[in-house]
Amino acid sequence: MATRWFGAPVQRSEDPRLLRGRGTYVDDIDLPEMLHAAVLRSPYAHARIKRIDVSAARALPGVHLVLTAEDLGELLEPSPLLVPHPALTQPRTQLPLARDEVHYAGAAVAFVVAEDRYLAEDALELIDVDYEPLPVVASLEQAAAEGAPLVHADVPGNVAAHLVQRVGDPEGVIASAPHVLRERFVMERGSAMPMEGRGVVARWDPHEGMLTCWISTQGPIPIRNGLAAMFRLPEHKVRVVAPDVGGGFGTKIMMFYPEEILTPLAALRLGRPVKWIEDRAEHFLAANQERGQIHDVEYAFDDQGILLAVRDVFLHDTGAYTPYGIIVPIITACTLPGPYRLRHYYSEFKVLYTNKVPVSPYRGAGRPHAVFVMERIMDRIATELGLDPLEVRSRNFIRPDEFPWDVGLVYQDGGPTIYDSGNYQAGLERLKEALGYEQFREEQRRAREQGRYLGIGVACYVEGTGIGPYEGAQVRVESDGRVYVSTGVTTQGQAHQTTFAQIVADQLGVDPRDVLVTTGDSQAFYWGVGTFASRAATVAGSAIHLAAVKVREKARQVAADLFEASPEDIELADGKVFVRDAPQRALTLGQVAIASNPLRYSYGENARKLMQMQLAGPRPGPALPEERGGPGLEATAFYSPPRGTFASGVHGAIVEVDPRTGMVTFLKYVAVHDCGRVINPLVVEGQVHGGVAQGIGGAFYERLVFNEEGQLLNGSFMDYLLPTVEEIPPLQVEHVETPSPLNPLGVKGAGEAGTIPVAALFASALDDALAPFGLRIREMPLDPCRLQQLLKEHQNT
Amino acid sequence: MYAFDEPGSPPQFCEEYDLTVTVNGCLYQRRIPVRMLLSDFLRHELHLTGTHVGCEHGVCGCCTVLLNGEAVRSCLLLAVQADNMALTTIEGLAGSAEELHPIQRAFQEKHALQCGFCTPGFIMSVHAFLHEHPDPDERQIRQGLAGNLCRCTGYQNIIEAVKLAAQYLRSSQSQREEA
Repeated sequence: MATRWFGAPVQRSEDPRLLRGRGTYVDDIDLPEMLHAAVLRSPYAHARIKRIDVSAARALPGVHLVLTAEDLGELLEPSPLLVPHPALTQPRTQLPLARDEVHYAGAAVAFVVAEDRYLAEDALELIDVDYEPLPVVASLEQAAAEGAPLVHADVPGNVAAHLVQRVGDPEGVIASAPHVLRERFVMERGSAMPMEGRGVVARWDPHEGMLTCWISTQGPIPIRNGLAAMFRLPEHKVRVVAPDVGGGFGTKIMMFYPEEILTPLAALRLGRPVKWIEDRAEHFLAANQERGQIHDVEYAFDDQGILLAVRDVFLHDTGAYTPYGIIVPIITACTLPGPYRLRHYYSEFKVLYTNKVPVSPYRGAGRPHAVFVMERIMDRIATELGLDPLEVRSRNFIRPDEFPWDVGLVYQDGGPTIYDSGNYQAGLERLKEALGYEQFREEQRRAREQGRYLGIGVACYVEGTGIGPYEGAQVRVESDGRVYVSTGVTTQGQAHQTTFAQIVADQLGVDPRDVLVTTGDSQAFYWGVGTFASRAATVAGSAIHLAAVKVREKARQVAADLFEASPEDIELADGKVFVRDAPQRALTLGQVAIASNPLRYSYGENARKLMQMQLAGPRPGPALPEERGGPGLEATAFYSPPRGTFASGVHGAIVEVDPRTGMVTFLKYVAVHDCGRVINPLVVEGQVHGGVAQGIGGAFYERLVFNEEGQLLNGSFMDYLLPTVEEIPPLQVEHVETPSPLNPLGVKGAGEAGTIPVAALFASALDDALAPFGLRIREMPLDPCRLQQLLKEHQNT
Repeated sequence: MYAFDEPGSPPQFCEEYDLTVTVNGCLYQRRIPVRMLLSDFLRHELHLTGTHVGCEHGVCGCCTVLLNGEAVRSCLLLAVQADNMALTTIEGLAGSAEELHPIQRAFQEKHALQCGFCTPGFIMSVHAFLHEHPDPDERQIRQGLAGNLCRCTGYQNIIEAVKLAAQYLRSSQSQREEA
């Protein structure tokens, strides 16, 4: 079958609906008799709750329910630990509502349900909580300090987890190496900030005994399973739907957020639908965050700039809880070697509790930190030895003939970290050319003569994508000839309805517009995990491909029987199923679908035509021969990858810095990207654009600032600055394709890549621009004020 | 909107107000609480859920609608402030049910949306912007759209879509003039 749609820049089938304002996001769901919820949140980062008085709130007309911890009965259980790990010796997850103690400002304390949201918020004002403030751990340094206050009284030293991994003999190599350097790198917290906050609508239908929840989430099926267990319902009597989701970026893969339990609980108790919608102020206080780490790294290299060994010891801020285990710091540890032939590596991290919003993966998920450290090392080696920084990278690259490359570490999925394929030098060459690297030095020299500070930066990365455990899909051709696909992953902007349709269209010889894809509905497909870790195209895409292949083979079988031909001679194209070299012997795919389901009572023109064919002769055996495997042109398939695929890339930029104001302007930005075979270049480039923009935010604008009381000081879009169209430069995206040998499509993940190298790139470009000042960047994110401050401090020393 | 009992006494707020407003060419009369935001009125009273609420403090621009032709943030207005005025929301932009407005068409062709949440706000802002600047350069586009946040696209394709939309609108304008 000739591939036609795979790789084509097909326009998105999602768009016409979304462009007209006809999307259905959770807050757009309006049910009869629906009530509205609001959450009372702790104003303290750490406090004992001495008393809660909800009597005035309960008495307010229009209030239907007020819940505190003591009203939850057996639901007052800590949320499940999603990913346990032996090194996570002190896991803590949160209760749906705080009891006795709150551990971060924003923690849910009470839940109010009223006739409308305005009334529900009025009622929050009437709840009287008596808090006794406790000492606060507001930063990683503080959490690690001797005699620090304890976030959880029973967790000594605030240490949730401690993990050491070792490859080769790093200490021995460092002891005898010609050059050894030590540095500290600091990364501060940021936040994903999808434009749509979180939200839940829950409905209990007593007639069907069915609980339906619409949740703005990246993982409806695990939530379905959890809710069924909590409310003691059969799993198939709980339906969780992620409708249109207005961005996720990792924040929405967390479970359980308290509201995802409390809203269905209220619907069950009240027998009326209940809606809770997170507003932006709440999102700043109660949606998970990421990025806080401090790295102390020691590294050794030789006179040629070959990196010999790295010893990285880091602290990871997990906030008040560890809902997602230690996935993020494990990814950091495993990402650090990057595209380089690092054979002696020691990695040690401690996961520390702080009195801040819990941490779970956010686009990049620990990788920007690792890339920052490694790429800072590469730049430093170049500076120390007077070599070109790109040349240093080239000398250290893993070569194309060295794959599969075993990094020697245990990855986040518990399997080995083995790179499947890549060609890092090809990417670097592409970048050099697109960026005009060779010509830049002259431009830089001329600019400096005019008192302008231009700098060029590069950053390489390798990204583990497409991890298991599995995804599945069902593909079915209906009698109208259209193809219906359902899969358990969700979509929050990645255009799965288009790209998945492209995969199917090639197999079944139809137009992708005739392939209708349902994602994120636990009733449409029962099994699955979710959309995160750049895995949907790789894992669900492969399952869809496998199911479509099965359907194709079945269509050939059915048609062969009708035409009294051999299945090998049957082809599918342009919505038709026909005998090769005899295209007049053809049926539409819809007719074959009808024929595959031997009913007497078929209806419609397609069916009439077919009846005539089927009546042609006496039937030799059963109407539905066993080898057909059931009626209908329908098949289900699952795909479980042997291990993750490793995408890679290199970004480069030219910036101009104004040392007086600390303002930085991007003059040019090139992203070279390798995600294996590309299903739809429009979509992949869009993912890279968005990732880079988010990365620029994370490098230069977005820092969540907490004071020593653990209070967030910049919890609004006025103060926490997402980049606007004025800050994002024109981006040039270049592709390198090294297909993955691990899956049938040859694809690798593309969702997170754009974000991963940006902070490292930014630091690299700033160092270069500010070389006359001799400044070295060792932290992210920066902002103009901080850059100015660093320059000032540096000049004073 | 509210009446004083007598001079010097604290103001007595009316709880409700009879609002008359034209939205997408339809006249609506509704009794609403005076504290209701315009965004909530459009979404919850009129069920025009294409207007999205992203921040409720007037920064993200997701809730942008046209009030007497001017782009405004419906989360920063009370519904009563739109009394006797004409509003256009994303639902009112395209003429027929089948056809997309040229701005919407340009957004699709240039892949200028991903999750789609910010998109209606962007399109309404672009609508007002192109009315003022029918032939904008890139710098003007960047300045004109700096009041809308998008977290998915990185803006590049939105800029391209605005350029294309301007072209579409100019050519339909000149066609009208020729006719």
